[in-house]
Amino acid sequence: MPLSGAGYGEHQAVLPQPFDESLKDAPIDLDVRIELFRKQHQIRQLEKRIYDLFLQGFVRGTSHLSIGMEAIGAAFGAALRPHDYSFATYRGHGHTAARGVGPEPIIAELLGKATGLVGGKGGSMHLASAEQGMMGCYAIIGAHLCIANGAAWSARVRGTDQVAVAFFGDGATNIGAFHEAVNYAANYRLGTIFVCENNLYMEYTPISEVTPVTHPAADRAPAYGMDATVVDGNDADAVYLAARAAIERARSGGGPSIIEAKTYRHGGHSRADPGQYRPDDEVQAWLEHDPIPMYHQRLLDLGVGEDRLAEISGEVAAEIDRATEAAKSAPEPAAEELWTNVWADGGSQWRN
Amino acid sequence: MAELTYREAVAVGIAQEMRRDPAVVFLGEDVAGAGGVFKTTSGLLEEFGPDRVVDTPISEQAILGAAMGAAMTGLRPIAEIMFSDFFAVCWDFVANEIAKMSYMTDGMVGCPLVIRSGNGAGLRFGAQHSQSIENWAMAVPGIKVVAPSTPADLIGLTAASVRDPDPVLLFEHKALYPTKGEVPDGEIVDELGTARVLRHGSDATVVALALMVPRALEAAERLAADGIEVTVIDVRSLVPLDTATILDSVSQTSRLFTVEENPRLCGWGAEISSIVGEEGFWDLDGPIVRITTPHLPLASAPNLEDLALPDADRIAVTIKATLG
Ligand SMILES: Cc1ncc(C[n+]2csc(CCOP(=O)(O)OP(=O)(O)O)c2C)c(N)n1
Ligand SMILES: [Mg+2]
Repeated sequence: MPLSGAGYGEHQAVLPQPFDESLKDAPIDLDVRIELFRKQHQIRQLEKRIYDLFLQGFVRGTSHLSIGMEAIGAAFGAALRPHDYSFATYRGHGHTAARGVGPEPIIAELLGKATGLVGGKGGSMHLASAEQGMMGCYAIIGAHLCIANGAAWSARVRGTDQVAVAFFGDGATNIGAFHEAVNYAANYRLGTIFVCENNLYMEYTPISEVTPVTHPAADRAPAYGMDATVVDGNDADAVYLAARAAIERARSGGGPSIIEAKTYRHGGHSRADPGQYRPDDEVQAWLEHDPIPMYHQRLLDLGVGEDRLAEISGEVAAEIDRATEAAKSAPEPAAEELWTNVWADGGSQWRN
Repeated sequence: MAELTYREAVAVGIAQEMRRDPAVVFLGEDVAGAGGVFKTTSGLLEEFGPDRVVDTPISEQAILGAAMGAAMTGLRPIAEIMFSDFFAVCWDFVANEIAKMSYMTDGMVGCPLVIRSGNGAGLRFGAQHSQSIENWAMAVPGIKVVAPSTPADLIGLTAASVRDPDPVLLFEHKALYPTKGEVPDGEIVDELGTARVLRHGSDATVVALALMVPRALEAAERLAADGIEVTVIDVRSLVPLDTATILDSVSQTSRLFTVEENPRLCGWGAEISSIVGEEGFWDLDGPIVRITTPHLPLASAPNLEDLALPDADRIAVTIKATLG
């Protein structure tokens, strides 16, 4: 008997539910929807460019793309206020862009350039921009859920109404830190919003093979006295509504929320992983359940002109092209940079 | 003899031990169905089945706890912690539980288990996926620590670790996975606590570990071209430590250099320097010099990562300048 319930390597395809067409009539302003459209394009085009740069040998190290998962980052990017806090995982390019960081410092960081968002020190897995509330991308699974609690607590102590959002994967729900963080937030009614991007897989293993519940985040919520919302993570409107409600609740002292957003990565876990452990029909169904063309159609249905949408995606494309060229021609970090910023005084000295 | 990659040697070593002893089981994240995220453990699930080769959730504490409990009760588990940086989330099990079981039970209960892990830098993974942490492990009484540098050593030390009655942390170097080496046919069983002299020279002793071994050898070649002949020793096993081989070499060369990938403070070379300073003092003709990664986190930008790690150039230049 295998220790887990599922047969090894023979997992069932998990197919998406059809988009909920009634969300077209959801109470979301049209200018917010235009922003959701733009942000999704910013993320998709950025990630596609990063993938191309990887194939061309410009991106060394690793990179984890969120192609197919853009609606989640875009929705939170639109729903959060500038001073709110985001905490993401190594799959954090999109969440960083969604908080308003432009493509140039992101691409430059991945290329290991001096003009990178964190000067080449972080790389793909460690983007951060405190100015935009992007409090970092964390590559050790689980940590940032607990850290987000600290930011939410700090907001309360400082008397602000800032909220803290932690984005994490389905796989992260099985590490102790997830459970510690959720219990802690619930107990102290912290303004933390836990957003599980359930893309059905950890690295190469389906979450269903190692988890005895269907919704790895939402089904655990009752154990901590919390309700959870499960949404179609590929529908920006659905995620936006859930985000808005959770943010409002956190801001008004109502405590934490868990949102489980069902989604899928179009590609593999990282870099050149072709993702072949996934059933063909599953991949196919999710490729068709693509957040971007769906949202395009929704805006057309709402009366936005094709020319307006083309203009936006064209602007984004031009911005990504400019950013790519600038990042490519930027210099490497200077050798002295190796020694900077270990300490708050800017240096790294440890002896006299 | 066959030529294998260090990557292939991982599964060869584990399979050799699993065939020999049905008590050997193997668990970790993505290790079974996917054959490991570094593709090091392909074929083990197919050969030994899902009872003995287990894909786990992302639950490092549960992994090491299960390995420990199984080891206390008759199995010989091999657990994988994918990147050595992740030891930080399950260090309680290493430092407080596994390491102390034998002592706290006055020898009544042992923990014969192996924890393998991808260690080290060179892949541009940044500060949280590139660390060399063998010195963390070395600081805990009750844990044995090995770090092989070749495919043959990896197989042999895996076997020795599995057969050892004590807990062993086995560090595979991620940047060595694609490297190749000759591997003898038949069963390979090595010995913990044995360093290996890879090159003889009378001007200095250079001790290195894991990825630093090929770099020290390359530096030795360059130095030889300048007329400086150094002995290169692959330490291989930090706990137990083969002090005899190192002290013996220093007695012949009178100079010692360590080449360490770990950040400088409390790196393994500091312990060796201290032992040689105490026990080999009268053999030394000059100061011991440690060549290490500076005491810094690692950057992801390729040029910064390369600057941080000792390379053949820095090793050769330092040795030449020191010897004068
Ligand atoms: C503590 C820890 N264990 C293991 C890993 C290695 N790892 C990186 S990503 C990953 C899979 C994560 O899956 P999930 O949480 O579903 O996020 P996704 O990558 O799908 O967005 C694993 C196991 C890690 N980074 N940290
Ligand atoms: Mg996942």
